[in-house]
Amino acid sequence: MKQVGKEEGVRTTGIPSKEELEASPGYPNREALERGPIVVIECVQDIPCNPCEMACPKGAIRIGNPITQLPVFYAERCDGCGRCIPICPGQAIFRVDITYAEDKATVSFPYEFLPMPKKGDMVQGVNRAGKTVCEAEVLRVQKPKKFAHTAVITVTVPKGLSMEVRSIKQKP
Amino acid sequence: MRIEDHPILGKAERGKRITLNVDGEAVAAFEGENIAAALIASGRRVFRYTAKRMEPRGVFCASGRCTDCVMIVDGQPDVRTCVTPARDSMVIQTQVSRREGEATHDLEKEKD
Amino acid sequence: MEKTEIFVVGGGAAGMAAAIEAARAGAKVTVIDENERPGGQLFKQIHKFFGSGVHRAGTRGMQIGRDLLKEAREAGVKTRLNTVVYGIYPGKRLGLVCGDHTEELASPIIILATGASENALAFPGWTLPGVMGAGATQTLININRVLPGRRALMVGAGNVGLIVTYQLLQAGGDVAAIVEALPYIGGYGVHASKVRRAGVSILTSHMVLRAEGNESVERAVIAQVDEKWQPVAGTEEVLEVDTICLAVGLSPLAELAWIAGCQFSYLPALGGWVPVHDENMESSLQGIYVAGDLAGIEEASTAMEEGRLAGLSAAEALGYLSHEVAETRKIEVQERLAALRIGSFGDGRAMAKKEFLRARCEK
Repeated sequence: MKQVGKEEGVRTTGIPSKEELEASPGYPNREALERGPIVVIECVQDIPCNPCEMACPKGAIRIGNPITQLPVFYAERCDGCGRCIPICPGQAIFRVDITYAEDKATVSFPYEFLPMPKKGDMVQGVNRAGKTVCEAEVLRVQKPKKFAHTAVITVTVPKGLSMEVRSIKQKP
Repeated sequence: MRIEDHPILGKAERGKRITLNVDGEAVAAFEGENIAAALIASGRRVFRYTAKRMEPRGVFCASGRCTDCVMIVDGQPDVRTCVTPARDSMVIQTQVSRREGEATHDLEKEKD
Repeated sequence: MEKTEIFVVGGGAAGMAAAIEAARAGAKVTVIDENERPGGQLFKQIHKFFGSGVHRAGTRGMQIGRDLLKEAREAGVKTRLNTVVYGIYPGKRLGLVCGDHTEELASPIIILATGASENALAFPGWTLPGVMGAGATQTLININRVLPGRRALMVGAGNVGLIVTYQLLQAGGDVAAIVEALPYIGGYGVHASKVRRAGVSILTSHMVLRAEGNESVERAVIAQVDEKWQPVAGTEEVLEVDTICLAVGLSPLAELAWIAGCQFSYLPALGGWVPVHDENMESSLQGIYVAGDLAGIEEASTAMEEGRLAGLSAAEALGYLSHEVAETRKIEVQERLAALRIGSFGDGRAMAKKEFLRARCEK
């Protein structure tokens, strides 16, 4: 099955292109990524929406008025707490820590499927197109009541794939 | 297929177990759910046949507007199963519609 | 027995919001709904809503539904359930049928909040069991907790198609693909991204050609289409699916407004024929208000705000709110509405809504 469309962006494929992501004020730059765990906001369309702004206790996310403005990410204020991750109705916020280990990074993402994986599970890391790109180990599953049924799962992945892996597929 | 557990809705809360008589077969259901849901859960998708060409029809709108899902329920034809709650021992039959002038179901009905 | 002053037809997001607002102002309100429980489409919406805090962003639709029912009870709103309004006669008389009896009721004010119905898409085999509306699928999986089949083809990549695909996956179902005749995805990119991550393909410039099967759907045949919507030779593909969900748009459920004699405008951006209304949500007929998807296909958040506008306007018309108080509160609601009608997803609707004011002025 072939995707048809000349421009390979979110509007034709459902996947934001590298250009769209890097142009978004919510995307951290290399320097910020190298400091430690940091949130990655992959919000590229002007949807009226701002719960992420209200969720961040450090004021690292700013949308203002009108609420169609893309979230502006102040990376220096972000400590990677990830409170914003389950709040985003579009599930467009992730957390990445490329300082986790020599050759491994962690990726945290929202997850709303059953079965819910458990710490220690070996799963497949998938990219934005749902394609398996690596093996991943489940480091943590957070699903407190205040997340309103959205779990935040953290997996370890090869460091080079930290900006690719955005969800998982569980082994049957 | 019934959805017993769900990542957002949790475990299904059902009414008490009841039995429906569907074309002579016993079909398990739950009190309070609509007839169409009970039938789909039991694997049935054909609810009636059309008058002119005897074509199968099933659920289409699931909101009581299109009448694709009508069946004979306790002798009454043209019952919209997607908005009618199932009751214990209900007799449900695949409706075979007929052309105008003939009976609308193939079951002998006592007139009231 | 208190005599109802405002009948709200339709107990969904718009209707309940209207009833709550008017009842809190002191009016005697009854909501009529044909279902056995009010809430409209809200209880099927198990995803988190967008917007801002005042729009209850981040809250799932079903929770908003529960909250509205609670607020309505607390405000003293009466309900008549399992009751169909089949007509509106001169003098604002409603014809009702409930069970096996009918009645006629006169009402000083009627608020119509009857919502929308799903559009159909006809193709060979579309009458086979297994072809259904995407909203119908959503009702089956989220309300009835039953999967309509094992594997589905979704037709349409607007928000309904994208969201119901995601919810089918959450329910344990499988979706072979989403086909969209346009060369782009009409729904929110973030909804599309969720299903792409889950492995579902979104095929733009593709269409379903036919459904095949003996007694029910067993296969779907899809093909690429050109800019004139014609299938491109040699691109046919067979998908092994037993369900085909049609997410090809909604249209206002406007029969009662037609019957009553309301003036209509044709506005594709709002779903087609929509009853003309002013900024108070009053139709072309005095004392008949419209709100929610009936007044133009939008979202649950705009439906609730329009309901509030209609409720406030109705309460003011009955004398329960002074003009000053009503104006102040209406302006707040209108600002919240405006905030939802901006950006590339909202501009078209904002313009269409302005058309109504022009149409009202011209008549």
